[in-house]
Amino acid sequence: MKFDTPATTNPIDQLKVIGKPTDRIDGPLKTTGTAPYAYERHDAVDNPAYGYVVGAGIAKGRIAAMDLAKAKAAPGVLAIVTADTAGKLQKGNFNTANLLGGPEIEHYHQAIAVVVAETFEQARAAAALIKVRYTKTPGQYDLEAVRKDAPPAEKGKNDVKIGDFAGAFAQAAVTLDATYRTPDHAHAMMEPHASTAQWDGDKLTVWTSNQMIAWGAGDVAKTLGIPKDKVRLISPYIGGGFGGKLFVRADALLAALGSKAANRPVKVALTRPFMFNNTTHRPATIQRIRIGATKDGTITAIGHETWSGDLPEGGPETAAEQTKLLYAGANRLMATKLAVLDLPEGNAMRAPGEAPGLMALEIAMDEMAEKLGIDPIKFRVLNDTQVDPAKPERLFSQRQLIKCLETGADTFGWSKRKAPGTARDGQWLTGMGVAAAFRNNIVMKSAARVKLDAKGVVTVETDMTDIGTGTYTIIAQTAAEMMGVPLDKVVVKLGDSTFPVSAGSGGQWGANSSTAGVYAACVKLREAVATSAGIDPTKAVFANGRVRSGNKSVALGDAVGVNGLVAEDLIEFGDLGKKYQQSTFGGHFVEVGVHAATGEIRIRRMLAVCAAGRILNPKSARSQVIGAMTMGAGAALMEELAVDKRHGFFVNHDLAGYEVPVHADIPHQEVIFLDETDPMSSPMKAKGVGELGICGVGAAVANAIYNATGIRVREYPITLDKLLDRLPEVV
Amino acid sequence: MRAFTYQRAASPAEAAAAALKTPGAKFIAGGTNLLDLMKLEIETPPHLIDVNGLGLDKIEPTKGGGLRIGALVRNTDLAADAKVRKDYAVLSRALLAGASGQLRNKATTAGNLLQRTRCPYFYDTNQACNKRLPGSGCSAIGGISRQHAVVGASTACIATHPSDMAVAMRLLDAKVETVRPNGQTRVIPIADFHRLPGTTPHIETSLQPGEFITAVTLPKPIGGTHIYTKVRDRASYAFALVSVAAVIQTDGTGRIALGGVAHKPWRVEAAEKELPRGAKAVSAKLFANAVPTPENRFKLTLAERTLAAALLEAKG
Repeated sequence: MKFDTPATTNPIDQLKVIGKPTDRIDGPLKTTGTAPYAYERHDAVDNPAYGYVVGAGIAKGRIAAMDLAKAKAAPGVLAIVTADTAGKLQKGNFNTANLLGGPEIEHYHQAIAVVVAETFEQARAAAALIKVRYTKTPGQYDLEAVRKDAPPAEKGKNDVKIGDFAGAFAQAAVTLDATYRTPDHAHAMMEPHASTAQWDGDKLTVWTSNQMIAWGAGDVAKTLGIPKDKVRLISPYIGGGFGGKLFVRADALLAALGSKAANRPVKVALTRPFMFNNTTHRPATIQRIRIGATKDGTITAIGHETWSGDLPEGGPETAAEQTKLLYAGANRLMATKLAVLDLPEGNAMRAPGEAPGLMALEIAMDEMAEKLGIDPIKFRVLNDTQVDPAKPERLFSQRQLIKCLETGADTFGWSKRKAPGTARDGQWLTGMGVAAAFRNNIVMKSAARVKLDAKGVVTVETDMTDIGTGTYTIIAQTAAEMMGVPLDKVVVKLGDSTFPVSAGSGGQWGANSSTAGVYAACVKLREAVATSAGIDPTKAVFANGRVRSGNKSVALGDAVGVNGLVAEDLIEFGDLGKKYQQSTFGGHFVEVGVHAATGEIRIRRMLAVCAAGRILNPKSARSQVIGAMTMGAGAALMEELAVDKRHGFFVNHDLAGYEVPVHADIPHQEVIFLDETDPMSSPMKAKGVGELGICGVGAAVANAIYNATGIRVREYPITLDKLLDRLPEVV
Repeated sequence: MRAFTYQRAASPAEAAAAALKTPGAKFIAGGTNLLDLMKLEIETPPHLIDVNGLGLDKIEPTKGGGLRIGALVRNTDLAADAKVRKDYAVLSRALLAGASGQLRNKATTAGNLLQRTRCPYFYDTNQACNKRLPGSGCSAIGGISRQHAVVGASTACIATHPSDMAVAMRLLDAKVETVRPNGQTRVIPIADFHRLPGTTPHIETSLQPGEFITAVTLPKPIGGTHIYTKVRDRASYAFALVSVAAVIQTDGTGRIALGGVAHKPWRVEAAEKELPRGAKAVSAKLFANAVPTPENRFKLTLAERTLAAALLEAKG
């Protein structure tokens, strides 16, 4: 099905199942510990051996010598695979560094060997016996030091120059020129990267934890140099990904190589200390923002330049993207620069681009509002744009930013906000902050297969993944709505590369795109079922487990006969996304307390108001948004991969050193979804929301801290040491 | 983790004798720290002596009006003990400020005293660390050092002691009771128990080889207002940037001990004489010889301000 004209009324609009707060259909499996994860596929694999990954002890250089003798002789060892013995490997399309390093070392903890043994403990003990001698090469690990010479990313193809930014900024009555810094962030998902691999002749099956099955199967095949149809990837349950599992990583490759070498199924999980330097992370940014406005608050010039670093051939953190679309202003400058750094590979993490970009931009907006003496919400409303500022003929498909901010202000009690540094509750200085939330809505083609059997059970198969987001449930809701059956008559099978290729989970495109693919397949199935029942498909009504037209009504099971019926289709998206700018919007509101003596910062209340198209399942959508708000709070207050600029690695490589919020950090969170349907996005009229929830949170926290203390911090995370010297005397 | 042999000790003296017999042997109680370190091969004991069955899990009154806390009393039980909560509240509060409920259920009194540092370079076997590999150097100096010691450190090591409980024990003048491999017992004042790093940061306590902690005793209660303020980046489950344990009497005199600033719980008795003159004066004495790094210099300000807040709290 090609989606190239705005959606009209369709069976989803019945909203009998879609749009209802719905418990996860996979919930009982999760809560009883019976959902099988990649490292626990005892049901699928007999007698697996255990692989343990050895990581490089330097950031850049060469392996001069590697002594495997003791490890080979260690108890239980079945095989050791290194770059020397792995055979010819290619780099996957989605990898920047090689997943198996050696003799060249590209980053710290890059995998250089896998030891396969009978037990995990034996593999780990043997891995520690491998002695490696390195020849180090000087590397570049300090973004600050190299940013001056950093060239435009991707030859500047995403950079924007509209009007005369420099001239307008110079002439503006009120200006801001400030630089903001966000550190490297780790996904720190609960389930580490893990895979179990098994060969059957030249066919490879990998049970893994991956967000994008088709990308993953392709890259496993490419890396190993085997045909894609010889690779099967299975990933039905994923313990969090946040972008860290968009790509195949070392666990999958080394399980496959280890399995081949040991002639046994092999499972490999990355240990927690490896998760920080072996895998990908969100790159640090330095962002310079310049805003010029008239005295009455109309923005006349807006500039956002951002710097980040990555390994050679890597990509930038596109932190200036939202600034192209969020606010009006006739003269505009957006530039993204990319330096070469020899730190581990930078890549996507929840809302890449917008998440760190809004952490900077939305502080800048707060600063500017203060300079102008205008309420920060009013300032944003004043500079709202209903068109793409670069192409004024291009409208937003939906844009309810103002309503988000105003609804939030009313709900949160924004009018009670006091002047900076003047509100106090005992030992705590209190303050409120606001930020706009913005995240583009990406659509991706997505296919599904739908079966209806003689018992009236609908089974959906698609290689779509559920990374803890609730995908199983919204797909079941979609099929139930389309076929007129209750939820318990729908079976959803996900995450298998033998299923039709879906959008996968990433960039908050998964929910809308994958359900649209299921919609397309169901449209086809409805035609087949109606025809089989002798009913005109154009007049068929599917409800209560039956298909009917006029006085004729047939139970679905009877309609399809003993063998059932199968339909497969995909949704493909035309150029509506070009004609209309599709984005999601929100407002984040935060109240903080800052301890007057110690500077400890504790969030007191959080509210998100989201306008993100039709909300397919308000219950799981709310979970997504509060999870994203929590992650945003972490980025605001504590998350930072600490770079050792001498040795080139993230030092705090465990969950004691890399702090993420705990329950005690997260207070009352409230989420409001504005009523919205977006006919430009898909037949579902839905959009993504899981990443919108993190966008802007950091700045809302930062602005609340400013309101509480009068101290402006432009460098995340905002830890107490950045406030301490400017707090009031303890009396 | 290296392969190891394992035994269950039948008595404290037998445990101590067994430990001396196998060089590098370790006692295991809760295992909340040791097992993690063994997995990373930071600790590689060839032999483990399980001391969980020795009956050292009682809290009893002493003749002098104090408390004897068995070495194996779990942190959860110690924090919840009615006498501790009433007479040694600072200890209960310090315990509850540490770790998580699950860890406190396993962690023991003696084990808590023997925790190793959380310096990230200690935890990464690719990096130089004099504490892990004597003579290899200290990667934390000149590296990431925000969490590290500001006082009492050396050019060999700037690690901190991670315990909250030990800070309260130091404040309360606890004593550590031990048995040695030859069966003799001794009592070590807590002030002499933990060492500064000097040139031998791998030697963290005054325990002799094989020496086994049987109990920690507290002198009779000293009254006063008990405060334990732990400052950290997140609200729970994090090591202290700075913690302040204080017992302040109604006349303004009292005791102060700090965590998160040194290789051991930091108490300077001479500084306590400055209490009537306020936090600044006390801090000046506490940190007279401080050598912070650029990353952790803030701890000096933070300690003084946290102390000031504690003194304010004590006034009520």
